[in-house]
Amino acid sequence: MWKWLNSYADPERSYKLAGTLLPWFVCLAIALIGVGTTWGLLFAPMDYQQGDSFRIIYIHVPAASMSMAAYMGMATASFIGIVWQIKAADWAAASIAPIGAVITFIALFTGAAWGKPMWGTWWVWDARLTSELVLLFLYLGVIALYASFEDKVLAARAAGILAIVGVVNIPIIKYSVDWWSSLHQPATIKITEKSTMTGDMLYPLIINIFGFGMMIGAITLVRFRAEVLARNGMRPWVRALATQEVSK
Amino acid sequence: MKRGISYTKAFTTLLQRDLRIAIRHRGDIFNPLLFFILVVTLFPLGIGPEPQVLTRVAPGIIWVAALLASMLSLERLFKADYNDGSLEQMLLSPQPLVILVLAKVFAHWILTGVPLILVAPLLAVLLHLDSNSYVALMATLALGTPVLSLLGAIGVALTVGLRKGGVLLSLLILPLYIPVLIFATSAIDSASINLPYSGQLAIIGAMLIGSLIMAPFAIGASLRVSTN
Amino acid sequence: MQFESINDFLNMGGYAFYVWLAYGVTFTSLTMLIILSARRKRKVLTEIASKMAREEKLKESRGNKL
Repeated sequence: MWKWLNSYADPERSYKLAGTLLPWFVCLAIALIGVGTTWGLLFAPMDYQQGDSFRIIYIHVPAASMSMAAYMGMATASFIGIVWQIKAADWAAASIAPIGAVITFIALFTGAAWGKPMWGTWWVWDARLTSELVLLFLYLGVIALYASFEDKVLAARAAGILAIVGVVNIPIIKYSVDWWSSLHQPATIKITEKSTMTGDMLYPLIINIFGFGMMIGAITLVRFRAEVLARNGMRPWVRALATQEVSK
Repeated sequence: MKRGISYTKAFTTLLQRDLRIAIRHRGDIFNPLLFFILVVTLFPLGIGPEPQVLTRVAPGIIWVAALLASMLSLERLFKADYNDGSLEQMLLSPQPLVILVLAKVFAHWILTGVPLILVAPLLAVLLHLDSNSYVALMATLALGTPVLSLLGAIGVALTVGLRKGGVLLSLLILPLYIPVLIFATSAIDSASINLPYSGQLAIIGAMLIGSLIMAPFAIGASLRVSTN
Repeated sequence: MQFESINDFLNMGGYAFYVWLAYGVTFTSLTMLIILSARRKRKVLTEIASKMAREEKLKESRGNKL
């Protein structure tokens, strides 16, 4: 198992593997988000309390849950990179960070646009919103730290340590609605119990959550491939690709 | 390899060294403190001198000023040692890095955290803090400032090798400070209306214990990255 | 289908501004992210190629001097 995994730590193999996986992720992402969003916007029944404004849920919840999932992915990759010295994991972590930042921004923005008609205000300083904002700052910190080291091997180490320390924030976001009385409504999807939503509303949401996951995966693969090339600029196979690209 | 001296001895030696250096450069102790006092005095000038308003915002002002002062003073936690090479000697020494890091952070807390706690009641008087809240203010500062030193040291250790670490440092550690700020101010607010605040104190205490256990390892790993 | 007409759909039961603002910002920021990410590979490769060309030049000029 370890031998098999380590063979993918080789830059050229991981680059090619990312290339083969990419079309699958792209197709799944487009299909899932297409179906989920159309279903959610056109066919899901209207919420009896919130009217049609609840349709923001189909991007808000996927973005929010994936912003945490992406952070866990980044921190896991950093951990693997630091402990087992696998550089491909460092590059993966560096590729996820900007995507996570954008997704977190989307979660915050759509939340604000939903909060305005429902709560009468764009923003409240409650636990869920504040901790999600901290998540955005953590992503930005990781990006800034990674950018400020010349030596990218060190940069990945440093950013990785920060990412791992920041994991503390994830359970705070997840359980903030249960721990504090908050304006934010509690989770609508429950894995172990019955969900508090009807099926027609719920299925497009679940489809979109998976779709966002696939989309983040696809963008990560794209960025990962570029990162592999940038970090291996001295290798012959990268130089061959560069000559090909210029002559095109 | 033989360690030579015991853990306690290593800890106290480094602690004494840091304290002695700080006493010789008195400005390093007084400047953050002065900054803390100045920031707090700016607020009544900015938002007006009405006692009711000041009573309401006093906990927040004192705590935000404490965060900023602790961040400012943190910058030089490892800087001098990094520049003259004694940091590398520390990393090479047979003593466990965790102990040495703890000693340095503890010295930093004695030099900046403790004076801050001592000055805080004075500033609280100036800001007309509610008389019920003094105990809560002191308790949150006593439990919270070590957390600030420990968490901040991670950020400093990450940026010590960089030339322009200052602005980056604030981006890295202020988000980590936010939970301490929230619970500390909410404890003081609860105290001002005679509600129990032991819950918030317990959470800050948990943060202190958690960071006391985890942070030294993160600081050590970051120092190894920075001195590479 | 939950809506009677296109206008009804666009109106979103009176919440048009908020719903379309949220969807619009999401769409633009994701599109920008995807475009920037997709362009990176080409940018990196052209940078490497120009670096190779510079090294080649340096080698040549050194060769002439000798």
